[in-house]
Amino acid sequence: MQIYLPIAEVSVNAFLLLGLGGLVGVLSGMFGVGGGFLITPLLFFIGIPPGVAVATATTQIVASSFSGVLAHLKRKTVDLKMGTVLLIGGLAGAAVGVQLFRMLRAIGQVELMVTLSYVVFLGIIGGLMFAESLRAIRRAKGPHARRPPRRQHNWVHGLPFKIKFRTSGLYISAIPPLMVGALVGILAAIMGVGGGFIMVPAMIYLLGMPTKVVIGTSLFQIIFVTAFTTLMHATTNYTVDMVLAVLLIGGGVVGAQVGTRIGVKMKAEQLRILLAILVLLVCGKLALDLLLEPAELYSIAERGGH
Amino acid sequence: MLRAALLFVVMFLFSVPVMAQETVVAGLSQNRVSITANFDGTGILIFGAVKRESPPPKNATLQVVIEVSGPSGPLTVRRKQRVFGIWVNTDSIEIDSAPSFYAVASTAPLAEILSNTEDLRHRISVQHLIRSVGAPANIANPETFSEALIRIRRKNGLYSSDGKVDLADDTLFRTQIVLPSNLVEGDYTARIFLIRDQKVLDINKTTIAVRKVGLERWIFNLAHQRPLIYGLLSLAIAIAAGWLASAAFRVLRLN
Repeated sequence: MQIYLPIAEVSVNAFLLLGLGGLVGVLSGMFGVGGGFLITPLLFFIGIPPGVAVATATTQIVASSFSGVLAHLKRKTVDLKMGTVLLIGGLAGAAVGVQLFRMLRAIGQVELMVTLSYVVFLGIIGGLMFAESLRAIRRAKGPHARRPPRRQHNWVHGLPFKIKFRTSGLYISAIPPLMVGALVGILAAIMGVGGGFIMVPAMIYLLGMPTKVVIGTSLFQIIFVTAFTTLMHATTNYTVDMVLAVLLIGGGVVGAQVGTRIGVKMKAEQLRILLAILVLLVCGKLALDLLLEPAELYSIAERGGH
Repeated sequence: MLRAALLFVVMFLFSVPVMAQETVVAGLSQNRVSITANFDGTGILIFGAVKRESPPPKNATLQVVIEVSGPSGPLTVRRKQRVFGIWVNTDSIEIDSAPSFYAVASTAPLAEILSNTEDLRHRISVQHLIRSVGAPANIANPETFSEALIRIRRKNGLYSSDGKVDLADDTLFRTQIVLPSNLVEGDYTARIFLIRDQKVLDINKTTIAVRKVGLERWIFNLAHQRPLIYGLLSLAIAIAAGWLASAAFRVLRLN
């Protein structure tokens, strides 16, 4: 069934969009990532104009994250205090990111910067997670499988303004979570993503939060940052397509519920290694796009409204 | 004053049969295209007849060209080059105006039936509709950019130049123009040219209004006129959908 999107001004298959939303929703629920880093390139691929794709993807992330966070709240795997600290950093970061984005657009290299930052961030994070998860799985299979996790003491624990995060079982400074939140906010504005794929590993490895709490908390922060970004896009660029959003959300919310249930049944190490593989796959695809000669060297960009 | 007016009327009476021996009478199957939620492209039948006071000349055959173009707008065309091993947009050209849609149909290939000067004067071929003045000096061959624009839009079904016009008895003509699903709103222009001996004899111009209607119209207007409300509404839908799915799954799991 073809449907005409009023803002994107293209006609696409409604079931394709529902399926796309559903697929990304499953991943979102499983891993606690918003799925923006997947859905935005997929929307480009089916012919949605980039501006509309980025803006509408953030709307879809709000819905799937909200659906996911409700499921996590039920099982008390959301650290609201940590989420709030991350959110404060996130909103500040998003405001900075919007300015940065405007500067990049003035130079005319936004597309390259976005792709490069995808490749760099996805590559580093995917690689680190993959190596770490492999080690963890090997450890679990070895003779000393039941060794209790060693609490790492790094520079993070030496900082002032310590806060007790009861749900996470942490007593750390507020500065690292604020910084992580700000970094994610900047990326959300520039790359049109929720930033879960950066935040989840940062929470696990940098802040030392337990994996089960990480996902719910990440989703909690993503809701607010992407809601803010959606409003920014809607009021400055008029690029949020409601019809496209509803179709993606329709598939996405169902997918997120399914994904959350799959995620609960799986072991943390398995979850991490799957996310690592996914991140590396997207990274590899984007890197190939940069390295291989494109079939069409020219591209058209519209200036101003119609 | 009266004499001048009289003279004008006399001149007009004499000049009409001399200047326009053959004129176009044309019709369109629809001069309004409504973009609804399930819009999937449409076809427009353009038909008409040639009106003439005297028998047609025998020496040159009559040719008909029908052209439909969409609203024009400024564009930037960018070209990628390999820099440090990766493909980067380096050169770009600003196109001042290019039609969002272009289709031409004719009784014979355009190059054979129309002189270059006439083509240029009436801007019939798509390359004459694309205007770009002042390409930067550092770009060697700027025409490759507009060629690329035509190539990309042709691939997307927005530009076409291989339509056929059926002409019967040198009088009745018809063609079908396909408007694709990725259509942009605006006023489209349909022009019909009568050509004999590489010269344009008469032109008929009709406007086709392409408009979003119903829900599409409402959403588009809201997004542009009340962007904050639109944004909040989008978020409300997103959150409601998220909550609904969560609640639905809870109920399903209890049973």
